[in-house]
Amino acid sequence: MSLHRREVVASLLKGRKDLLVIAGLGSTAWDITAAGDSPLNFPLWGAMGQAAMTGLGLALAQPQRRVLVITGDGEMLMGLGSLATIGVQQPRNLGIVVIDNESYGETGMQATHTAGGVDLAGVARACGLRACSHEKILHEAGPAFAVVKVLAEKIPLVLPPREGALLKARFRRALLGPQADLT
Amino acid sequence: MWPDQIHAELAAAKVRFVGYVPDAGHKRLIELCQADNAMRTVVLSTEEEGIGLAAGAWLGGERTVLLMQSSGVGNVVNVLGTVKECRFPLVSIVTMRGEEGEFNPWQVPMGQATRAVLEAMGTVVHRPASAEEIAPAVNAALRLAYHSYASVAVLIPQRVIGIKSFQEQANQ
Repeated sequence: MSLHRREVVASLLKGRKDLLVIAGLGSTAWDITAAGDSPLNFPLWGAMGQAAMTGLGLALAQPQRRVLVITGDGEMLMGLGSLATIGVQQPRNLGIVVIDNESYGETGMQATHTAGGVDLAGVARACGLRACSHEKILHEAGPAFAVVKVLAEKIPLVLPPREGALLKARFRRALLGPQADLT
Repeated sequence: MWPDQIHAELAAAKVRFVGYVPDAGHKRLIELCQADNAMRTVVLSTEEEGIGLAAGAWLGGERTVLLMQSSGVGNVVNVLGTVKECRFPLVSIVTMRGEEGEFNPWQVPMGQATRAVLEAMGTVVHRPASAEEIAPAVNAALRLAYHSYASVAVLIPQRVIGIKSFQEQANQ
C-alpha cells in the first residue's frame, strides 16, 4: 500500500482519447478532476452506491465506447448488489476500478469493510466480472474489475463543477453532439 | 389488457432499457418487454440500481423505464435526489400494495406512504383510477418525463391488479 491515488488515477486517464468516465462521489471525483476535467467525465456528487450502475447504463447505451468507472471502496461497498447485476449483463466495454484506501475519506477516515478483510475483487469475481490489475483495465474484455490499494492520505480537494444538470448536459453534448440538447 | 397497452406505449416511445425488480402485478409486462427485441430488460438486485441504470443510459442517449412494486419506492428515496438535481428524465411504473384489500400487513406502511415519498423527492405522480386509464397515464408520463426532463411515476392501483390472497399471488 504505497501507491498515491492521484498518480494511479492520472495514469489510468493518461491518453484517454474518447474514454467515458464515471466517478463515485468524494475522493475519486476529485481524483479524475485533478487528472484534467473533461466533459466526458461524469463525477457524482451524490447517489452513493450508484457509480457502477451508472457505468452499466452508459456502457449498454454506448456499446462501441469504452466506459471506465473509478470509485472508492466505501462507495463500492454501498452498491455490492450492482456487481451481481453487472455480472449478469456482461457488458464487454465496462471496466470498474476501486481506489481502495480502506477508509471513508470525506467523513474522518473511518475504516471501511476492506480494512476488515473484505475482498472486493473476490466478490466481483464471484459475480462474473473479470478481476485484473488496474494497469490492464482498459484492455481487458469487460466487465473488468480492479482494486488498487492506495495510501490513506489527506490531499487537496480538486473540485469539478457542482451543478448536476450542467454535468449531465455537457457530457451528453460532448458524446452525442449538439443534437443532444434537442432530444 | 393494460400490461399489453403499457408495452405498446413504451415501444412507441422508443424505450430501450427496462430495469425491474419483479412484482406479481408486473409479470405480464416484464414478459412482453423480454420478448421485445428492441428492448433490453435488466433485472436489478434492488430498485435503487435502476436509477443509476437510467441515469447512465440517458448520458449515453437512451431511454429507460423502471418497473417496481410500491415497497421498492422506499429503496430509491435518496437517489431520487440525484434525478432531481441533474434533471434526468425518469419514468417509474409502480404496482401498488398496501392499499385496497391488502392481505399482508407488512406492506401497508410503505404502500400508504408511496405517493408522499415520491412527491417529497420531486417526482410527479400519476394515479390512474381504472384499467382503462393506465395506458393514457403512461403515455402522459413518458411525454412529461422526456419532453420536460422530469421524474414521473405511474401508480397502478392494487384494485386494478386484483390479487386478493397469498395463494392467488403464488398462482400468478
